[in-house]
Amino acid sequence: MFARVALLVLKKDIAIELRSYEIISTTTFFAAACVTIFSFAFTRDDETMAMSAAGIVWIAIAFSGTLALSRTFERERYGETLKALLLAPASRPAIYVGKLLGILCLIFATEILVVPMVALMFQSPLFNRPGMLLGLLVTGTIGYAAVGTLFAAMLVRARTRDVMLPILLYPITIPVIIAGVEGTTALMLSPPDEAMASLWLALLAFFDVVFVTLSLWMFEPLMTE
Amino acid sequence: MRKIFLPLLVITAALFAYSPYYINQAPYESTMLLVQKIFYYHFATWMAGATAVIVCGVASGYYLFKGSVVADRVAVATAELGVIFGAFGLISGTLWGRKAWGTWWAGDARVSMALVAELIFIGYLLVRKYGGPGSEKLSAAMGVFGAATAPFIYKSVDWWRTIHPKTSVMSSLNDTPGGVIMWNIVLFCTLAFMLLLTVVLAARMRLEELRADLDRLYLEAED
Amino acid sequence: MSDPDAFDRVDLTDLSRNFGRRRAVSRVSLALRRGDILGLLGPNGAGKSTLLSMLATLVTPTSGTIAYGRWNTKEHGVEIRRRLGVLGHELHLYPELSARENLQFFADLYDLRDAGVVERALDQAGLTERADDQVSSFSRGMRQRLALERSLMHQPTLVLLDEPFTGLDDRAVGIVTQRFRGLAAAGAILVVATHDLDVADGLITRMAVMQAGKLLLATDSGTNVRQQYRALVGAA
Repeated sequence: MFARVALLVLKKDIAIELRSYEIISTTTFFAAACVTIFSFAFTRDDETMAMSAAGIVWIAIAFSGTLALSRTFERERYGETLKALLLAPASRPAIYVGKLLGILCLIFATEILVVPMVALMFQSPLFNRPGMLLGLLVTGTIGYAAVGTLFAAMLVRARTRDVMLPILLYPITIPVIIAGVEGTTALMLSPPDEAMASLWLALLAFFDVVFVTLSLWMFEPLMTE
Repeated sequence: MRKIFLPLLVITAALFAYSPYYINQAPYESTMLLVQKIFYYHFATWMAGATAVIVCGVASGYYLFKGSVVADRVAVATAELGVIFGAFGLISGTLWGRKAWGTWWAGDARVSMALVAELIFIGYLLVRKYGGPGSEKLSAAMGVFGAATAPFIYKSVDWWRTIHPKTSVMSSLNDTPGGVIMWNIVLFCTLAFMLLLTVVLAARMRLEELRADLDRLYLEAED
Repeated sequence: MSDPDAFDRVDLTDLSRNFGRRRAVSRVSLALRRGDILGLLGPNGAGKSTLLSMLATLVTPTSGTIAYGRWNTKEHGVEIRRRLGVLGHELHLYPELSARENLQFFADLYDLRDAGVVERALDQAGLTERADDQVSSFSRGMRQRLALERSLMHQPTLVLLDEPFTGLDDRAVGIVTQRFRGLAAAGAILVVATHDLDVADGLITRMAVMQAGKLLLATDSGTNVRQQYRALVGAA
C-alpha cells in the first residue's frame, strides 16, 4: 500500500515531466552554467585547482537541486494539487516518499551531466574509483533531497517560499555537502585514500538514515496548518 | 518561577561579579599567558548555547506532535538564546584562535560546524519572522533538524583531522599543574552561564506569555 | 449511499480558528445531516474557506471540535478522508495531464478498483470526446466540471464545494445543480460556499451566513436567500 502510493506519485511526476522536459532541461542547463562560471573562477594550471573539482561538483548539485525542488513543488502549488494529494485517503509519508523519488530522479539526471563535465573541464581524476564515487553521489543526494523535499513541501503555503527554501535548506545540509566534498576529494588523491572515502561514505549513510527518518516522522504534522 | 526569579537573578549577578576575580586566581598558562583566560567564558558560553539548542529541538518536536503552545514558547526563546550565546562563543573563539593558532579563522572543523549551527538557528528566527501564517510549524522543523546536527558538531572534531582541542581537553586538565583550580573555575563559569540561560529564558517566556495575553485580548475585543 | 460504516452526521461544536490576532472563524456551532445542502454564504474574508479547510481536515481548529459521526480527525484521518470530496477554489487538477490521466491518477490514489469509474466521471463531466486532451487546453467551465467529477469519483459522504459555479454557463449550472440534488437525495452531506445567491436560492435546503468569522444565521430554509442575506450583511 505504502509503496503503491509512493510509486503512483512518482509515476505521475514522471508523466508530467515527460510532457515538457521543463524541469530537467532548466536544471541541467543551470548546473552546466554554474560549472562554467566556476571554471573561470578556479582554473589555473596547477594541481590544487584540479582538487577543487570535488567542491564544484557538490555545489553545482546543491544549487541545481534547489531549482528542481522549487519548480517541482510550484507544479503542485498551481491548482493546489498538493492539497488534493493530502486529501486522499493514502498514507501521507508515502506521498512524501513519492515526491522524494521524483526529486532524486531529477538530481541524478543532473549529476550524469555535471560529473563528467567537471572531470573534463578541470582535468580532475574524479573517476579514480567510479564505484565509490557513485556511492558518495547516491548517499549524498538522498540526504540533501530528503531534507529539501520536506522543506519545499511545507513552504508551498508560505508566501516567501522562494527565499526561504535556500535559507532553511543550506545550513541544514551543509554537513552532507561537506561529507560529499571530503569523500570525493579523498578519491582524487593519488593513490586514492579509500579508507578515508569509506569513512565519509558511512557518515553520509548515517545522515540519510537520520534525515529520512526525521522527515517521514514530521511530514504529517507539518502539512496540516 | 516568578517567586524564585528575583533570587535567581541576584545569584546569577553575584556569580558573574565574582567570576573575574576567580579567573584571576588561575595560574598563567605557560604558552598563551593572559589570553588563555578567555577559555573560561568561551567554554561556558558553548555549554549554555548547546543546552539552549537541545532544549529548542526537544520543545520543537513536542510542539509539532502535541501542539503544546508552551513548548512553542520555550522553543522560540531558546532559539534566540542559542543564537546569542553562539555569537558570543564564536567571537570569543576567534579571539582565542588569533592567539593560540596565530590566525583569526582557521577553517577548523568544530568552528565551521559551530557556525553552521549558528546559521540554522538564525534561519529558525528568520522563518519565524518572515514565514507568514503558520510559520511556527516551519520553524519547529528547523529546530528539530538543528538539534539533530548538534551531536555531529560535537563529534566532528574526532572525525576531522584538525587543530581544535579534542573533546578530551577537559580530562587532560587534571594532569597539568594548577589543573584542579582551572577545573573549578571552568565549572564555576559554566554554572554562572547556565543560570544566566535560565534567568533570561524565564524572562523571555514571560514576554511570550504577555504577548499571548495581548493576542487573546485583541481577539476578545473583536468578539 | 452504500457505505454502512460512514458517518451520517457532522457536528461542529464551538469551532474557532485564529491566525495570530485575526480570528478567521469564531465559535461556530452547526449540525449537518445526510441529505442537507448547506449554503455557506458571506462576504469575502468571512471565514468560509477556513471553515471548509477545517472540515476537510487540512486546518486544525484552535478550539472546539468537529465530530464526523463517532469519528474525529486525530484518530480517524484516513477513514474520514476516504469519504470526503473537496472541490477547491483552485481546481486540484494537473494542467499538463489529460482529463483521463487526471481522473485515473486520483482513482488509483483513492484505490478505486471499479474499472468503469473513470469513464463514468468523464461522461458526467460531458468530456468523453476530449478525454485525451491536456487539461491546460480546457476552458474554465470544462475544468470546473472535470474537477467536480474528480472530487465525486469515490462517492463521498461529505462534499465540500468552494464556489462550484465559477465559469459555468447557464446550461452547465443547470446540470451541476441537478447533480447536487441527486447526491443529496442519495444521502450525501453537501456544503456549498458561494457568492451566487440566485443559483443558491432553490438549490440549498439550509443556509448559514457568516461575517467576520461569526455565524450570523443558520436556518433550515433555502428560499428567499437574497432577502435574508441582505437583511443580515447589507447590500450584496
